[in-house]
Amino acid sequence: MRRGAVGVAALLFAGVLIGALLGLPAPGAGLPPLVTAQMGNSGVTHPVTAVLLNFRGYDTLLEVAVLLVALLGLLAVQRSERAVAPGAAVEPVLQTLARRAAPLMVVVGVYLLWAGASRPGGAFQAAAVLAAGAVLAHLARLLPAWSAPRAWLRTGITGGFLVFLAVAVALLGGGALLQYPPAHAGLLILLIEAGLTVSLALLLAGLFLFLSEEGTRR
Amino acid sequence: MTVGLVFDLLLAGTLLWSAWRTLAAPTPERAVILFIVFGLLMALAWARLSAPDIALAEAAIGAGLTGALLLDALGTLRRRAGGGP
Amino acid sequence: MSTGMLFALVGALLFTMGAAGVALPGAPLRRIVAFNVMGSGALLVLVGLAQRGGGVDPVPQAMVLTGIVVAVAATALALALARRLGAPGARAASGDDD
Repeated sequence: MRRGAVGVAALLFAGVLIGALLGLPAPGAGLPPLVTAQMGNSGVTHPVTAVLLNFRGYDTLLEVAVLLVALLGLLAVQRSERAVAPGAAVEPVLQTLARRAAPLMVVVGVYLLWAGASRPGGAFQAAAVLAAGAVLAHLARLLPAWSAPRAWLRTGITGGFLVFLAVAVALLGGGALLQYPPAHAGLLILLIEAGLTVSLALLLAGLFLFLSEEGTRR
Repeated sequence: MTVGLVFDLLLAGTLLWSAWRTLAAPTPERAVILFIVFGLLMALAWARLSAPDIALAEAAIGAGLTGALLLDALGTLRRRAGGGP
Repeated sequence: MSTGMLFALVGALLFTMGAAGVALPGAPLRRIVAFNVMGSGALLVLVGLAQRGGGVDPVPQAMVLTGIVVAVAATALALALARRLGAPGARAASGDDD
């Protein structure tokens, strides 16, 4: 009964939505010309990075805040005493592979961070690769699950956001939020991205490592 | 019909098919595995939309991290179903 | 039809399928997966529509990049809540039998 009703509603919704999409007028010029025109002032040469950290920097600032809140929520609902599974024996092959892969992933992460200024890449991708490395190390039993966030972890997780916020506050005198002076924009963006990479990597890894019940905590 | 359009149509069909299989999967295990496949196909779709930044992020986060999180949750489920932690 | 429009339509269908998956009764884990499919569909519509005239639009691309990261955080939070419910993937009802 409920399946049928949901199915009919979904079909109707899909029909209306597709009709609306197909009925849209031809697109105007939109925002790309504006982005292209302002690229010279952005401090970077890759348009997506320019939008992410310069033109719409406040979106990214608030997004990092959302991530922090999500991690806080996760820590709040998580049981304080987790059932830690004894964990099956780890394949030595996996452990060796993880040992070999982890330094490579760090190199790839740093490269992605650096590449973000001029080509696809940036803090988000770099952080994702670093976090994936941490998860891999955890699954290979090289890195224990995290229990309570200790001081260094708290500093690392909030550090990037605080650097971003500090830059935003310092530039408030200029009139608008996160309006970098074009001469220093490149350096400021690199500073913010470096901070964000560390914070986001710890945050994304934390989403997994605070939840994980696999393996032993050392 | 250009090669690009044929590839786009194939990719679109595969995306929809994998999403359908994910949602209609008989067991949660299969749903999670198919979701990881879906995430990788999404990365391809982003690449076709000339968005390599999103493709990178989707492959690492959408398929990788989300998949790991879901698989970990499945492990917990299995242990609980097995009676005791 | 441009690549952008094609994937915007695919996104609309994915969104609908995911929404139906969230609405139908099922275990929390499957609903979380369905929610993720729904989110992917919405992001595809966002970028696809902006690029339906051909060309590349970096503004929605940057927005979607942050959207993906927020989606994984929301998924992790939802999974933590589902664990708290006691039965993250109970095949019976909606899993509130803790």
